[in-house]
Amino acid sequence: MKRHVLHPLWVAIGVVGLIFFARLLLVPDDFGVHGDSFTYNYHRLGNIEEWKDFPVKYQGTATCLECHNDNARTHRRSPHKRVQCENCHGPAGNHPDDVEYLPLNKERAMCLRCHADLGYPASTARSNLPAIVDRHHKRGRECVSCHNPHDPREDVE
Amino acid sequence: MSCSRRDFLKDAAGAAFVSSLPLSAFVVLTADEAKAAVANATVRWGYLVDTNKCTGCGMCVKACKNENEIPYDSPVTRTWVERYVVTKDGATHIDSPDGGRDGFTSDKIRDEEIDPDNIAKAFFVPKLCNQCDNPACVQVCPVGATYKTEDGVVLIDREWCIGCGYCIMACPYGVRFFHPEHKVADKCNFCYHRITKGMMPACVESCAFGARRLANLRDPDDPVTKIITTERVAVLKDEYGTKPHVFYLGLDNNVR
Repeated sequence: MKRHVLHPLWVAIGVVGLIFFARLLLVPDDFGVHGDSFTYNYHRLGNIEEWKDFPVKYQGTATCLECHNDNARTHRRSPHKRVQCENCHGPAGNHPDDVEYLPLNKERAMCLRCHADLGYPASTARSNLPAIVDRHHKRGRECVSCHNPHDPREDVE
Repeated sequence: MSCSRRDFLKDAAGAAFVSSLPLSAFVVLTADEAKAAVANATVRWGYLVDTNKCTGCGMCVKACKNENEIPYDSPVTRTWVERYVVTKDGATHIDSPDGGRDGFTSDKIRDEEIDPDNIAKAFFVPKLCNQCDNPACVQVCPVGATYKTEDGVVLIDREWCIGCGYCIMACPYGVRFFHPEHKVADKCNFCYHRITKGMMPACVESCAFGARRLANLRDPDDPVTKIITTERVAVLKDEYGTKPHVFYLGLDNNVR
């Protein structure tokens, strides 16, 4: 072959070789097919562990009950027992180690999530909950100033 | 070509023997690999949404955003709740303000007053990633940054994703979005960090009405699996062939 063909050919081969070398350095060892499908299981294996290590924030009512007996006991026998503590009190995270106080939400809007009357037919689950029409019932006031959120059947003294 | 009866029977018996050999018989696994293979075969995550029970409180969306560190005020979310109001004239009114993060506290839909006497039916439909068996989003990823785990959850490698957005376009359910802080694609992963520790996803945990439930489809004694296998459930956009694994009870035809 003539030189004017060979020279660019060597350059091209060198570039391809460089690309393969760079790939060897840049692609982690655990990257490959981990499973039975190239289409769906081609990935970096270590990423699964990274996701498993993602920090948990919502610890669940059982965790709250380990310490908080007072309000929790009232709550556990009220119609509100189906509502998780952390829904209103905020995610526990590392409470009480790092986070001493949780961001309690006692806004009217919080209660209205379930208790705003939308006027839907009885087939809608929402219509089976006790509800108020926002613009008619004690406008702008916090619900918890009258109703005990841990047991809504009781009024606040 | 001639073939005696004896030859035919011999060949047929041989072929039957070879085809009955499991492929794994030819792979030598280490003890750990064998254990992992068996363990993985016992879990396939699925999800059940009971639209009859959803009240549209949006606690699931709030919990999801907090749990998974999705910027709270950005217009992106891993799960959302849609409201459908079908009026007696056949028109469907749909909305999902902020993905239902703050619940549905107004009877107006997109600033439109709807006469309560004119409403035929109204319902809420929670949506999330379907963790498909044939995920279109994974097929299109050019770099191998998204994949399906052995237990059926589709994950995204934040280190590896280049943010090209192909997967966001490919998902027929629109569950993928661009994470404004990490600058990569993001979506629901059934709270993979929770379910692998024996906890429930944040949305399931926060649902007061049992409208959202997690199932291990490989466990026939799982109460939620029993519902999925014995009751009338539907999936979204079955015609796309993605084999979604979020099942719906009481799914209405108006839901898209």
